[in-house]
Amino acid sequence: MGFSIPAGLEAELDALATRYPQKRSASLMFLHALQEHFGCVSNEAVEWTASKLGLQPINVLELVTFYPMFRQEKLGRTQVKVCRTLSCAMAGSAEIRSHFCTKLGLDAHRHGAQTTPDGKFTVEFVECLADCGNAPVVMVNDDLIGKCSAADCDRVLSKGG
Amino acid sequence: MSNAAPNAPAPTAPPPVETLRIKVDGRDIDVPKTMPDWQGRPQPTTMLQACHLAGHEVPHYCYHPKLPVAGNCRMCLVEFGTPAMDMATRKPILNEDGSVKIARSVLPYEPQTPRGAIACATPISPGMEIYPSSPATKQMRESVLESLLINHPLDCPICDQAGECKLQESSVQHGQGASRFVEAKVHKPKAVDLGPRIVLDDERCVLCTRCVRFTKDIVGDDALGIVNRGSYNTISAFPGKAFDNNYTLNTVDLCPVGALTSKDFRFKMRVWFLKETRGICTSCATGCNITIGSREETVHRYEPRENDAVNGTWMCDSGRLNYRWIGRADRLRDVTAGGAKTTWKAAIDAIAGKLASAPAGSVAIVASARQTTEELYLVKKLATRLGAPTDSVPREGEADKLLVSADRNPNSNGARLTGISYTEAGIQLPRIADGIRNGTIRSLVVFGEDVTQHGIGADLLAKLELLVASDILPNATTAAAHHVLPGCAAAEKRGTFVNAKGRVQRFLKAVEPKGDARPEAEFLLELLAGVGAGQFPATAEGLFNRMAGEIPAFAGVEWARLGDAGANVAV
Repeated sequence: MGFSIPAGLEAELDALATRYPQKRSASLMFLHALQEHFGCVSNEAVEWTASKLGLQPINVLELVTFYPMFRQEKLGRTQVKVCRTLSCAMAGSAEIRSHFCTKLGLDAHRHGAQTTPDGKFTVEFVECLADCGNAPVVMVNDDLIGKCSAADCDRVLSKGG
Repeated sequence: MSNAAPNAPAPTAPPPVETLRIKVDGRDIDVPKTMPDWQGRPQPTTMLQACHLAGHEVPHYCYHPKLPVAGNCRMCLVEFGTPAMDMATRKPILNEDGSVKIARSVLPYEPQTPRGAIACATPISPGMEIYPSSPATKQMRESVLESLLINHPLDCPICDQAGECKLQESSVQHGQGASRFVEAKVHKPKAVDLGPRIVLDDERCVLCTRCVRFTKDIVGDDALGIVNRGSYNTISAFPGKAFDNNYTLNTVDLCPVGALTSKDFRFKMRVWFLKETRGICTSCATGCNITIGSREETVHRYEPRENDAVNGTWMCDSGRLNYRWIGRADRLRDVTAGGAKTTWKAAIDAIAGKLASAPAGSVAIVASARQTTEELYLVKKLATRLGAPTDSVPREGEADKLLVSADRNPNSNGARLTGISYTEAGIQLPRIADGIRNGTIRSLVVFGEDVTQHGIGADLLAKLELLVASDILPNATTAAAHHVLPGCAAAEKRGTFVNAKGRVQRFLKAVEPKGDARPEAEFLLELLAGVGAGQFPATAEGLFNRMAGEIPAFAGVEWARLGDAGANVAV
């Protein structure tokens, strides 16, 4: 499976690169566009970006792995983001995430986002979702669940991803 | 240590260095206002450099004098103070005794807490006081070290770096006996195959980025980076892209901990067992200064030794790994005559007898630009006595931008200065071949070269009445020789090489020769005495000094004054 960029997208990105005094400054915009198009930033996308901007692939990979919102693998259809910042951590967000992981057969002790093999769910810890008063908070795709309980978790899971 | 060439003209009075008076641990010291940065350009002197001048080594990981300053390890934090200034009058505030009041640097929101600064990146200022031994500095060091050790596996007993590990050393000095860390350690990739010569243990890494900066800024191969974030930070190459340039092993030297290890040296030898000998790399005409690590007559590694006049603190991988042949099992060990083992005395007597009675012009000598200058000097004496044409074998490769020279002989300039070969080495070889072909040359003495590879084929060698070959490893010439004299690798003797830029550098003996092999200079002296060419000093020093007195280019140079850094001669 080859890596190919639609001509339109490539032209758009080429134009974008010219807007920066240094080409490398366009790295993040390139990566956003590629993630938007492919659903994640693959190593091929990193190499393509690097060659376009006159960088070494490792320079771009550093960016991709630093920013949590860049994904190196495609996410599941239902994305479960469990807040782990202070209020939620104290209100039991670790248990919430463990609950999701156990029910979905994922490893609760592993770091980072995990996706079920069937591609239905992705579970991960995130930093503050800005609803500390309702801790613990979970975001399922674009919906915020405040004061999340085990029952709320099961309701999300019962929709089948 | 002075790198000044002993034969250089007396320097004219240098321009006065502008200095600043500061205090280090309460003692006044005048330090230069600027000092060389990693590229040798004058930059404002840093607190770390000032402390070094005052005799206090500030511990550090990421700082390296030959790399750009990153300031990320925080180990060099020191407490300091600057003269207090009255903001209204812009005048220094004085103590009651009239001395200048020093305002210690403190946290703005917590004035009772000292605010340290990283010594590696903070320039000094007039009147500054640095407190590298104060309790606050000590506490900062302990805290930084504790933080660096949080995810460290503490596997010193199986770590190759043990014994030369900055983390281990600092832990002894500034560490605590027990860890307060009760949480689970972050586990990172182990035994990562970073490239053909490097293995990376990410758990041991303290993320100083010396390797990243070295390969990017010194080598120009931007191959390494830090991926992931926070406590998951990991040194990495791009997946599928091997870290493979000719300087990768320098990252192993640079790595202050055991994260980057050499595949060649890993698990071979504990570093504290190694005897360290000052040597010179023989792989090209650059003559990088090296430290030879050996134990029980076996060479285990080469490491670069700092000499800013030659190699800085680096050396190439190909030169560094070019030592295994010294211990090869098929090394020439025996003195042989007609294929049968004999003694040095018998061999030298026989060869000297034949050479002494050979008609003038019937002997030729092929020496090697891999021999020491002293040996080449003696070979030239032999050639002069016998009226023999001489030459050495050129060995060309591709030069690179950093260290590797196109001339792959370590001592081409030694061969030229001693008169063994001409500006263009090897131009006499076809004439020697012709001489053998037409019968004028009937004896050939070869040192350290396989002449069958350089225009004097086995058919020509078969025509000779006398073929003497002195070498280290067997080859077609030693196979055809009537007399074989086993010689020594540079690591097995003392001597000098003159590098491509005309720097004469001495090297010392690290290991004993194999079998009956002897340093070439030793049996050359016997051979010279045997053919009546005179007496010469028997030691490397004596020979060098005699040679230096005879060859104008070496005028004023003495063995004792070569030191570890060498001296320049006109080439």
